Order: sequence, then structure tokens, then C-alpha cells
Amino acid sequence: MAELKELLKEQIIDVLNLEDITVADIQDNDPLFGEGLGLDSIDALELIVLLDKEYGIKLADPKQGKEIFSSIQTLAQFVEQNRTK
Amino acid sequence: MKNCYINGIGTIGIQHPDYKLLEQEPQALFARNQAQHPVYKELIPAASLRRMATGVKMGCYAAQLALQEAQQPALDAIICGTGQGCLQDSEKFLTAMIAQDEEYLTPTSFIQSTHNTVAAQIALQLQCHAYNFTYVQGGSSFESALFDGLNQLNYSNAQHILVGGVDEHAPQFDDLYTLAGNYKAEDEAVDFKNPTQGGVAQGEGANFFLLSQEQQANSYAQLLDVWLFNQPQRSIATEIMQFLSLNNLQSKDIDVLMLGYNADASQQAYFDAMAACFPETAIAYYQHISGSYDTASAYGLAAAAQVLKAQQFPAHLSYNSIKPNRLKTILLINQSRGTDYSFVLLTAC
Repeated sequence: MAELKELLKEQIIDVLNLEDITVADIQDNDPLFGEGLGLDSIDALELIVLLDKEYGIKLADPKQGKEIFSSIQTLAQFVEQNRTK
Repeated sequence: MKNCYINGIGTIGIQHPDYKLLEQEPQALFARNQAQHPVYKELIPAASLRRMATGVKMGCYAAQLALQEAQQPALDAIICGTGQGCLQDSEKFLTAMIAQDEEYLTPTSFIQSTHNTVAAQIALQLQCHAYNFTYVQGGSSFESALFDGLNQLNYSNAQHILVGGVDEHAPQFDDLYTLAGNYKAEDEAVDFKNPTQGGVAQGEGANFFLLSQEQQANSYAQLLDVWLFNQPQRSIATEIMQFLSLNNLQSKDIDVLMLGYNADASQQAYFDAMAACFPETAIAYYQHISGSYDTASAYGLAAAAQVLKAQQFPAHLSYNSIKPNRLKTILLINQSRGTDYSFVLLTAC
């Protein structure tokens, strides 16, 4: 799980072009949206594509995203339970 | 007719961001030239910056420079010209579409790939809900925007208008244009005065202007007229004389003729025909400083405005051996491969 969390942080930084952010800056339980990393709705779309492309996970219900993307911790748990690749 | 003053200028291009046109020789030009970038974070929020391709960054930054210089007036319009639009994001999106078999397409590059992205991003940064328009008219894209800006000031209640031009490199498009002979190949020599090979020395950049009805103490110049047409109906000489006549001028009244000479042997005759109409006039050029792109003529306007404001005509702008007797009136003429002609007339404040 720890390895997956690190990988997800790297992928998020890369996909969202977070130039000034390093893996060490993102804490596992920090909120990704709003006050934490400050991501927005366009970033949410990018993350949905990331899950599909890298882990074979299709989010059928966009409302799921709110819980799944709340932190690296929740995202990693969801990926581990649902990944197909 | 109301007056139209240039009260602020912002330029980003292939010269160093701190380059001073009137004080420094420009860096040598090559066949392909990339923009030298400032620290964009100084003027653009990091959260917005991370989604911007080169052209959007250059445009937003240059617009902010122009606004700062003009003391940040409330804008009545944001008008942009671009020959090719946001090509980098267009290529990024299309490449992903092909590489990933039309799956996993992310939204950012698609959203930012439209031609009006720069004008829209400037409006978003400024929270400006005023008139917002982007002209895509090949080699006269910038002049189309300028023409609109001048008309907005003349025929509406607009007081302050931001007008600019932006174009950026994009690898695949550049390769296609090189194959077509429009751009020089990377190892080709660049000679602006006696070109022997076709193709232009490619550049990129963003140049923005704050146009205002009010003259300020630091105004650069007064914009008198803008005219554009696809091709001369009879001859370029006739078009020039008609334009001068409409402005109650003769060729001898033009102190500097600024032409878009672009080191392309196949286009040299078009500019030589313009120069022949002004045999006793100082002729200036600027694309050896900016490189060539569809809206490079906006850099020409920036150069002309700086010359008029400072009343200095640096030797590196001079194309012929004639020195201007005074620096009151400058006429800029441009064309692109025999079409997209434009005249821009400026006078000192």
C-alpha cells in the first residue's frame, strides 16, 4: 500500500503538472481538493482518466469521486480494491 | 474620430525578457528560434499556470505587462489575434487521441486548444466580463484585432482596450510548414537583406498593447489608422497612395517605413515593391529581432511605438542607408506570401 501511495502521488504530480509540489509535500490524509492540494473539477476529470488508463478502473458514478478522491489514503484503498491491471 | 493612444506595451519573444530594443543589439537569429521565458509566476497564479501551454503563458504575461505600464485601467475590451491558435495543446490532444486509440482523453489540452484561449484566460485572470474577441486571419490576425480595437474606441464608448497578438511553436505543425517550404530548415542560413533561399526564420511570441482615448504622460504614440486587405486590387503602390491620401499624407511625410522583411527569398519582391514607393525614406525591419510568425507584425508595432516615444532610431532597425530627418510618423506595412496585407499608421504624441 505504501508503494502504491507513493506511485499515486507521483502520477498525480505528473498528470496535473503540479510543478512546485513534490511527493513529500503530499501527506496521505491531506484533502486533495479545496484547502489541501487545491485541486478543482477539471483535475477530477484528469484523475478519472488516470484511474482508467493506469489501473483499469472505470468510475460509473461520478458521485463516487468525492469520497474516492478525498485523500491519497482513500484513493489508494479504492485502487487496491478495484484495480484490474 | 476619437484619439487612440498606445499607453502600455508588453512583449515576450525570442529575445531575452530584459532585452531593451533601443539600447541593445539583438541576439543573432537562427532558422528556428524559441521564446525566452520570464518567470511567469511573478504575474500569473501558479494554479492557472500549470495548465497553460507556451502561447497562453506568453499572452497572459505580455497582457499583464501592458496593463501594468498603463496603470491597470478597467478594460472595455480584450481583443486578440493569432494566426495558428494554441497549437501545442491541439497537437497534444490529437497525439493522445491517436496513441491511445481515442480512449483516456484528458480534458485540459482539449479545453485549452481553442484559438480564443489566450483572450479568455486574460479575461479570467482579470475577472473582466467585457467584449472578448479573437481574430484568426493568417498574417493579418493582429492587424484585424487592432482594426477592431481602433473602431471600438472610435465608435463606441470604450475608453481602454487591450489588443494583442500571440503565436507559438508546435513540433508537428512546424515540421509540416518546413516541408512545405514556409519555414527554413534548421541548418539554413538567414539573410534578411539578400536572401537566396525560401522560407522564413521561425519565431514565436506575444505582444500586447493598451489602447486608450486618453493620452498619458508616458504614452508611446498615437495610432492614426489601420487598413487591411487580402491582395492589392491594382498594385501595392496604388493601395499605399490611396491610404496616404485618406490620411492627408504624402510619401514624403512618412519618416520611417517599417516593413516585415522576413529573410524569405520568395517574399522579398513584395517588400521591395513597398520600399520602392518610398525611395527617399528610412526603411526599418524587425523580424531579425522577433523571428517570423503570423503575428510578428505586433512586435513591429511595439518597436515603432518605442522609437516614437524615445525619439531614437537604433542602427539595428535600419534596413537601408537613409537616416530619418525626424521621428514623427511611421507607417508599418506587412504581408504574408502575397496576401494578408496591412497598413498601420502611427504618429508621435
